[in-house]
Amino acid sequence: MQIPIETFALPNGLRVTLSEDHTAPIVGVNLWYHVGSANERTGRTGFAHLFEHMLFQGSADVGANEHFELIQRAGGTLNGSTWLDRTNYFEVVPSNQCELVLWLEANRMGNLLPAMTQQKLDTQREVVKNERRWSMDNQPYGTWWERLPALCFPPGHPFHHSLIGSMEDLSHASLEDIAEFFRTYYTPDNAVLSIAGDFDASTVRAWVDKYFGGIPRGRSQPNRPAMDVAPTFGRWVREAVPDDVALPRLFLAFRSPVFGSDAYYAASVCGAVLGMRSGSRLYRRLIREHEIAAEASAFTFDLPTGSDLLVVDVTARPGITSAALHDAVVGEVDSLRREGVTAREVSRAAALIETDLVGALQSAGDRADRLSMFATYLGDPALVNEQLARYQAVTVDAVNAFIAERLGEDNRVSLMYVPREESNGADATAPAEAV
Amino acid sequence: MTESPTVRPSPGEPRPYRFPRFERQRVAGGVEVVSAHVPKLPLVSIVALIDAGAERDPAGREGLAVLTAKLLMEGTAEHDGAALVDAFEQLGASVDVTAGWDAALVRLTVLASHVEPAIHLLSEVLQTPAFRERDVTRLKAERSGELLQMRADPRALADEAFERFLYSGASRYAQPQAGGAAAVGAMTRGDVERFYRAHYVPARLSIVVVGDLNHERATSMIGTAFAGWAGTAVETPKLTDEIADAARRVRVVAKPDAPQSELRIGHRGVPRSHPDHFPLVVMNGVLGGFFSSRINLNLREAHAYTYGAHSGFDWRRHAGPFVISTAVESGVTADATREVVKELDRMRETPITAEELSLATSYLEGVFPIRYETTAAIADALAALVTYGFPADYFDTYRPHIAAVTREDVLRVARAHLHPEQLLVLAVGDAAVVEAPLAQLALGPVVVSGPDEPDVGA
Repeated sequence: MQIPIETFALPNGLRVTLSEDHTAPIVGVNLWYHVGSANERTGRTGFAHLFEHMLFQGSADVGANEHFELIQRAGGTLNGSTWLDRTNYFEVVPSNQCELVLWLEANRMGNLLPAMTQQKLDTQREVVKNERRWSMDNQPYGTWWERLPALCFPPGHPFHHSLIGSMEDLSHASLEDIAEFFRTYYTPDNAVLSIAGDFDASTVRAWVDKYFGGIPRGRSQPNRPAMDVAPTFGRWVREAVPDDVALPRLFLAFRSPVFGSDAYYAASVCGAVLGMRSGSRLYRRLIREHEIAAEASAFTFDLPTGSDLLVVDVTARPGITSAALHDAVVGEVDSLRREGVTAREVSRAAALIETDLVGALQSAGDRADRLSMFATYLGDPALVNEQLARYQAVTVDAVNAFIAERLGEDNRVSLMYVPREESNGADATAPAEAV
Repeated sequence: MTESPTVRPSPGEPRPYRFPRFERQRVAGGVEVVSAHVPKLPLVSIVALIDAGAERDPAGREGLAVLTAKLLMEGTAEHDGAALVDAFEQLGASVDVTAGWDAALVRLTVLASHVEPAIHLLSEVLQTPAFRERDVTRLKAERSGELLQMRADPRALADEAFERFLYSGASRYAQPQAGGAAAVGAMTRGDVERFYRAHYVPARLSIVVVGDLNHERATSMIGTAFAGWAGTAVETPKLTDEIADAARRVRVVAKPDAPQSELRIGHRGVPRSHPDHFPLVVMNGVLGGFFSSRINLNLREAHAYTYGAHSGFDWRRHAGPFVISTAVESGVTADATREVVKELDRMRETPITAEELSLATSYLEGVFPIRYETTAAIADALAALVTYGFPADYFDTYRPHIAAVTREDVLRVARAHLHPEQLLVLAVGDAAVVEAPLAQLALGPVVVSGPDEPDVGA
C-alpha cells in the first residue's frame, strides 16, 4: 500500500505535505505544532493543553468559538489534541471547503493574540479543570495518565510532569504566558501542515502560499529540552495507589526504543504478542486459561525522543488480590523472557498490524494525521509508506533480542491500583509492600 | 503584525457524492447477503447481523442475548476459543461480537486476500458454536466483574441508572443490555442453547460485506459457507417501552466526595421508525447534538460548568431514551440543571433562528460523506438499514430529507417530543453537596440512593 506524497516548504519554514485521493469529495487538513507538555516551564503544568483550548477562542478575524461554527456550518468535523511533545489541530471537510480551513488555520497562526482576553482565559481554565475532573479525578484509575509518566521519567525530565496539569498551575496561567508561548512555539517554522484527499495540488499550493506565506518565521528557534535518559530504569520501581476502584489494575511499564528506530518495531511487535486483542499471550493465559484477569492489553506511547514506553495494562477479576495479579502478570513476562516468542505469535501480530495499517489509510483525516506525525517526528512524511515493510522485517530473533534487553527486572515500573477495601482489609496480603 | 489575508474565502462548487451502491440477495438456505463493492483499498469489512438482540431476552434472563453472542467466539465444535481466535487473527482479522437492543453483531475487517477463509470461519462460528460449560461460567463471572466496575464508575453508573429509573419494571429497557447480577447469575448453558436455536437461524441472519469484493463473489462465498444450514425462528413477545412514572422527579445516586456530578436529564424518546425522525435529528442538532449547539455553548462556553454537554435520542426499534448528558463541577449541579431545563423550554417556546437551522442542516448534510469513509462504517450503516427496515434509497435521500426540514417543523417536533414536565433528572455525585440545591429547583421530589442499593446495578 502506497499513498501519493508531495512535499514542499514555504520560505518562512512551514513544511507542507499533500496526498491526493479523489475517491470521495473530502479533504483532511492536519496541522502539527512541535510543542507539547514537554515544553512547559516550571509552575505551568497543563499550559500546552490549556493553550490548545485558547486556539478555539478566535483570532484577529475570527470570533470566539467561530472556528467551530464555521467548520460545522461547512459540513466538517474538527478538534485539537495535546500530547507530550506535540499539539495538533485538524479538520475534515467537504472538498469544496478546503480553502476555508486553510484560511482559518493561517489566521490563528498569524494573528491569534488580538483575540485573547482575560475572560476567555478564565472560562477555558475552568473548562480544562472540568476536563481534568472528568477524565482523571472522577474516573476510576483516571490518574494513571499522570502517575505513570511521573514514575517512568525522573523529576525534571520533560515527560515527568502532568500533561493535563495541576489545578494550582492552571490557576496561575496568565495572558502573558499565552503571548510568550504563542510567539515561541506557534510559528510556521515549528509547524507541519498536511492535506489529504480530494483537491487540486496546484490550487492548494497557491492557497497555502497566499494564507501562510506572509506569516513571519519565529524570532529564534525554540529550545528543545534535553530528553536523554538511560535505556532502562536501572531498578524495579513500584508504587501502590489505594483508590475508589472495584478491582486491582496493574500498569507494568518498560523503557523501550524510541519511535521510528529499528528496535521500535520489534518492541511494538512484542507489545502486540503480549497484549493486542484476544489472541494475545496475556489474554489467552490470564483471562482464558487462569481466569485471573478481566482485561489485558499492551501498547507503546510512541515517543520519538528520550525513551519510548511499552506498557502492559491488566485488570484483575473479582476475588483476585493485587498481589496475586502482580505475581501473575510478572510471571507471564518472566516466562516470555525464558521461552521467547514463537513464529506463530509474531505472524499473528504482524497480520493484525497489517490490517490496522491499511485500515488507517482509509480516511482523509487519518492520512493527514500520519503524514504530519512522520514529518514532525522523523522529518519525512513518506515514511508512512514504509511502515508495513518495517513491521514485516521484524523477526522472531529481533523480538527476542528486545525482550532480553528491555523486559528484565532492572527495567520495570509497577503502578498498581488497589481497591480501598483491599488496602484497608485484613485479608489483603500487604499489597503496598508486595508491589 | 502579519500579511495574512483577512477576507474569508467562499466555498467552491461541491463535488458530487453518492453513498456506495449495494445489493441484497437471499442465498439458498435463506441467509441474506448485503454487499457493496468499494475497491478503494484492498480491505473487506463484514458485519453478520442476527435479529437476536437484547429485546428478545426471556423474562428473568435479561442479558442472555449478549452472553450468547459473546460465547460465539469462545469456541466451536472444531476449535476451542483460543484456537478459533488465533485462526481469525492469523488472517489479520480481529472479531468484535456484541448484542445491542435490536440485533446481535459479529464484525470484522480483513485484507481482501484473506476474505474467503474469514467467511468460512465466520460460518463455523455461527453454525457450530460449542457453548462449553466452562466458557459459560467464565463469561458469567466476567459480567459480574463488569457490574462491580460499573458501580465504581460514575459515567457508566449514570447511564445504567438513568434507564433503570426511567422505564417500568415490565420493560426490558429498565435493565442493562448485558444484564444485572440476578439474571446473569441464573443463566445456564441450557438457556444459551435454547436462545441460540430459537434465533440463530438463516431467516434471521444477514451478512453485510463491504470493500474490495464484488457482489457475485461475496454471494458465492457465503452461499457455499452456509449451504445446508437450517432452523426455524421462534417468535418472542413484543418489548414494552412503558415508563415508570410520567411525573417530573429527581434521583441522586450518592458518590461521596465526588468532584463532579454526572448528570443525565431526559425522558422517553420515540422509536427509530417515527415519521418525525428527520426533523427530530435537526432539532436535536440545534439543542445539543454537536459542539456549536445551544446546550454545549451554554454549559461549557458561557458558564464553564463542564468540559462538554450533549443531547441525543437513543434510536431503537421501540422508544429508547432522549437524554442530555454532562459532567459538571459538584457545586453547580443545580445551576447546570436549571440551564438545561431552560434550554428545553426555549426550544418549545420560540422558533429557532434561520442561522441555527442552516447551521444544523448544513452540518448534517456536509458530514454525511465523511461518516462513510471506511468500509467498516459503510457496513455498519447497511446493517442499520437491515435492522430498521429502511427503504433501499434511504442513504440517497438522507441529505434531501435533512435539507427539507423547516423552522416550523423544528418547533412542531420540539413541542410534540420534548417533555420538560416529565423529566427524570439524575445526578451521580456528592449527595451532601447536590441534594439541597436540587430540591430548591422545585423540579419534583428528590430521592437519594446509594450505588450499592438493590435497584442499582442489581
